[in-house]
Amino acid sequence: MWKFILRRFLVMIPQLFLLSLIVFALAKQMPGDALTGISMDPRISPERIEELREKAGLNDPWYEQYGRWISGIVHGDFGTSYTHKIPVSEVIAERIWNTVFLALITLILTYLLAIPMGVLSGRYNETWIDKVVTGYNYLGFATPIFIFALIMLFVFGFSFEWFPTGGSVSSKVDARTFAYYLSKFHHVILPAFSTALITTVGTVQYLRNEIIDNKFKEYTRTARSKGIPDNKVYTRHILRNSLLPIAAFLGYEITGLVGGTVIIETIFSYPGVGQLFVSSIGLRDFSVVTAIVMMLGFATLLGTLLSDIILSMVDPRIRIE
Amino acid sequence: MLEIKVESMTNVQPVEVSPSGFKIIWGELKKDRLALGSLYFLLILLVSVYIASFMMDQKALARVDIFSIYLPPSDTNLLGTDYAGRDVLGQLIFGTSNSFTISLCITSLTAFIGLCAGLIAGYFGGFVDHVIMRVIDFIMSLPSTMMIIVFVTVVPKFTVINFIFIMSIFLWTGKARLIRSKTLAERELEYVQASQTLGTPHWKTILSHILPNISSIIIVNFTLNLAGNIGLETALTFLGFGLPESTPSLGTLISYASNPDVLENKWWIWLPAAAMILVLMLSINFIGQALKRAADARQRRG
Repeated sequence: MWKFILRRFLVMIPQLFLLSLIVFALAKQMPGDALTGISMDPRISPERIEELREKAGLNDPWYEQYGRWISGIVHGDFGTSYTHKIPVSEVIAERIWNTVFLALITLILTYLLAIPMGVLSGRYNETWIDKVVTGYNYLGFATPIFIFALIMLFVFGFSFEWFPTGGSVSSKVDARTFAYYLSKFHHVILPAFSTALITTVGTVQYLRNEIIDNKFKEYTRTARSKGIPDNKVYTRHILRNSLLPIAAFLGYEITGLVGGTVIIETIFSYPGVGQLFVSSIGLRDFSVVTAIVMMLGFATLLGTLLSDIILSMVDPRIRIE
Repeated sequence: MLEIKVESMTNVQPVEVSPSGFKIIWGELKKDRLALGSLYFLLILLVSVYIASFMMDQKALARVDIFSIYLPPSDTNLLGTDYAGRDVLGQLIFGTSNSFTISLCITSLTAFIGLCAGLIAGYFGGFVDHVIMRVIDFIMSLPSTMMIIVFVTVVPKFTVINFIFIMSIFLWTGKARLIRSKTLAERELEYVQASQTLGTPHWKTILSHILPNISSIIIVNFTLNLAGNIGLETALTFLGFGLPESTPSLGTLISYASNPDVLENKWWIWLPAAAMILVLMLSINFIGQALKRAADARQRRG
């Protein structure tokens, strides 16, 4: 077991290295560098700029620049943002908790929706309730998240005015009061719910199939023949076995959410990292862009790692590979 | 039950009475009213959209008319006009044909790459398989939406062709993985070994023996991916990182809704495009699900 985890960790090192190389190469391709802003200034002579470039190390060979860049990142230094004029790590730190909060609520809602739906349609398969859930799955599978989110925003944000249409907290409340946290929650619920209603589909489908599979297994028959009531067979025996693989997909679920933040946060004008990413590209603030890609790339790798480790705990056959 | 092997869509004539793959698929589609209806609907919709977009004057459509900004639907503009006084219905028709064509291109390109990589990795195994799988694992572990956006901004001359290539870099991996696992299973079967023993060259075994036997899975996967790619392309265009301005997509119309005034009060601009995407994706998915049942003998409706 530990051997597998250790090996899985070691695989991540070259992956991280490759990711950083790609991000660095892309960053070099992006127009402009740290001195583009002042090179427009006519009062500064080109010779002076060249001197500054030399001093900032922008004329060094790429591997030296890469070395400096990567050691900076390891120490938490992502450079300075051109537009905000403060270190990139501070710009991101302001936003990251909003994104984490949104992702967490989305994750909780996804499972709150998926488990009852999956259990009911698996237990009573081929009945009307299963047909409703399966129909919902069909629809959810075919609906792109951005359209669904837009319609939710239109209906519940603008038409009914039940939820705020942007931001992460109301400006009228003071920080660290109960009203403040309530307002935060109020802002996060519509984007989280819109995402969860769509992303839950995969988990529902999987859970349903697992339960149908387990229903006819020997251990279920044994449990029944011992006289255990049907409800208990489902909650104690079948559900437990069916939930294990679902738990293992937690990491992949996080990976998916990371990709979705860009779209969801833009639609709901939610000030998280995804929205920062889109606006920074618009403002050509590439040091922020690079930092976000690097960070979320790392988060995706961690998500996959988490899933692989849980899966190997649940299913010993995977460890052999 | 067991004898029914899904045959190819190529012209390999089955020796026995077992019906060809195409016949099975068609038979299954006919039994599924929803899928059959979707197929007819989709065909009629696409044919009319393509004919209409050929007949319409794209230049006239792109002309800015400041006297007819944000007109609600009327007899002259059936779906009203946008912020530059352009006809929304015309843009909807062009957007549909552009979005569909581009998604079809992306799906075909990723199918080709995925097929090559998957067949090679699955058939030869060993070192080749190991290398291909590592590449796939790595690409799959990247945050692909962000990577596509960064590539789109970095690329020096952004065109539709570039966009198709950028999307394809990140989207072939799932397909390759699926085809590899099917090829691996197929490789162990006796007919492949028989073919190898007879001294058939590898490429011939792959193309004329393995490929026909996994063709149904490829078709199913192709259909479902096509629907997914329409969603992805329009989402990226919506964010402003998809099709360039010169090629309007359904996502372009929806992106006007990032202006809260348009979203709240001018539904005729974004709602038809959103509905069009939903309808396209739903009907393609219904067909795909019916094909999936046809490809899997256990799930057929008899």
